[in-house]
Amino acid sequence: MDLAALAACIANPGCVVTQATSGFIVGMLLFLVAAGLTLIFGVLKVINFAHGAFYMLGAYFAFALYQSSGSFALALIGGAAGSGVAALACERLLISRVYGGSVLMQLLVCYALVLILDDVVRMVWGNDFLSMGMPAQFQVPPLFVAGGVVPPFYLFLIAVALAIAVALGLALARTRLGKVVRAAAHNPQMVSALGINTGLIYGLVFALGGALAGMAGALAAPVRSLTPGMGFSILIDSFIVTVIGGMGSVAGALVGALLIGFIRAFGSVGFPLFTDGIMYMVMVAVLVTRPTGLFGRNAG
Amino acid sequence: MVRRAALADVLGGAAAFAVLAAVPLLIGGKAAPDFVIRCAAYGLFATSLNLLVGYGGMISFGHGMFFGLGAYAFGLLMQRTALSIPAAFALTILIAAAVATVIGAICVRLKEIYFAFVTLAFQMLIHSLIISWVGLTGGDQGLRGGIPRPVFLGVDLANRIQLYLACGAALVIGLVLMHRIVASQFGYTLRMTRDNAERAGYLGVDVVRVRLIAFVLAAVFACVGGVVMSLFVSGAYPDFADWTVSGDGMFINMLGGINVFLGPMLGTVILLLLNDTVTRLTEHDGIVLGVVILFFAIGLRKGLLDFVLDRIAERRATAVASPERG
Repeated sequence: MDLAALAACIANPGCVVTQATSGFIVGMLLFLVAAGLTLIFGVLKVINFAHGAFYMLGAYFAFALYQSSGSFALALIGGAAGSGVAALACERLLISRVYGGSVLMQLLVCYALVLILDDVVRMVWGNDFLSMGMPAQFQVPPLFVAGGVVPPFYLFLIAVALAIAVALGLALARTRLGKVVRAAAHNPQMVSALGINTGLIYGLVFALGGALAGMAGALAAPVRSLTPGMGFSILIDSFIVTVIGGMGSVAGALVGALLIGFIRAFGSVGFPLFTDGIMYMVMVAVLVTRPTGLFGRNAG
Repeated sequence: MVRRAALADVLGGAAAFAVLAAVPLLIGGKAAPDFVIRCAAYGLFATSLNLLVGYGGMISFGHGMFFGLGAYAFGLLMQRTALSIPAAFALTILIAAAVATVIGAICVRLKEIYFAFVTLAFQMLIHSLIISWVGLTGGDQGLRGGIPRPVFLGVDLANRIQLYLACGAALVIGLVLMHRIVASQFGYTLRMTRDNAERAGYLGVDVVRVRLIAFVLAAVFACVGGVVMSLFVSGAYPDFADWTVSGDGMFINMLGGINVFLGPMLGTVILLLLNDTVTRLTEHDGIVLGVVILFFAIGLRKGLLDFVLDRIAERRATAVASPERG
């Protein structure tokens, strides 16, 4: 522990800006992954243990598209769409078979998906760390805010993720499809009795979750190194986010993700080896005081 | 009745131990005994997990922490204190029971999914403690320099054969004790809390207390598995406390079956055999293991022993039913 370093950082505006930007980056990427996870849980009642794999797929798809086309915009769209399609295939072919089954079966099917997808990526792209590099349009000098360094790509990443967060929130609250999705989360039998194809809704929600994770992976590709196991650490973090925020709550995912992002960013200054420990302690504290999470309804 | 069942367990255990003891005599080389020792470590762990999952309906995704805790606590006690092996063993069990009581008191009140996550979070907390407390645990290098094995009561665990016999004995004794727990009044109360916690509550059962006791008992046996592992590799590594140990435990239970007491033991043998063969044949062991899991989870929808026993029961049912029909 080096609390003196943490205090020195907080006293220095430059350091605060740098760490806060990095906290936003981690937090917004986590939000994209956790939002899908929490939506899937809210509607399908399935804990998607394979969610990290779609994040990984998005990153690798974006990497491949950027290498072949040179367009980062295409890489982003392709990463999200590719992951969405992969998620839809997994849901229709495998996960839909264990709906309503025991949690154990669902966890195992997802665990198998993680093993298989990690290995597929290893076969196609190899086991080494890959680096996509910063896209050409973002290879510009960083901005300096109060003495802190803010690369323009970070601002782009935060803006895209925020736009998605707003769009997702509005779509769920205002559109007809959003209302159907919320109704299906609440009472699938009733929705089905009203003549709505719940299987289709489930598939759509799962694909949307996969696409959000894929978008996160594609956005992360320029700033993170790519490796076949990269989905797991973000998966654990997004579980913590959803548990803190409340399973099924998108707003909770945003708050939880930013909280974890800031713990990670400032923890790396003060207690680099124990940031994980702090996160788990925060999660346990939330669960003990509010078992359904900060924004969770009492649905359990 | 109870006494006869207990006697049957003890006799069965003695027979199993006799078979295990004969292994090094019948099969030369190191491979077979080493395999049995690994089966002992993982088998104790997986069977203890099944006390929670199969009998208690508590899906723990962090049970591996007690496996790691057992390995580290025992290794550290042997390296840093002058305790004899039995004393260190007993103290390790006490430590695991104390830690499990604290963690269990928080976890067993939570609902299914939250229980799975919070146990996983505690496991990650212990894992990150092991990684970050370098002065005590050696960090990501693990406990190195070997675990001393002073002779006690004429037993020398530095001797390969004696270590093998001791691990075999730990396995058999552990299984017999767990089987006694499952067959006891407590075991049936635990099943009742799994099937209908509310009804059990109305009947005057303290559900939280029953679950907590099961959690602590399971932790103790998992910790014994960890001790066996640390004796076998003469060290302890952060991997022992990683979440994948818990994942493997779940997979083992799924492979063998959770409704039969020996299901996890069979699952252990299958997983270790599968792991050893697949990693020898291909580097893409993930795909093979994943397909096997999918086959069990979606195809059979239950573990192997569960599947076989259900089939036999079905046959019997039709055999009994058919004369009436005809």
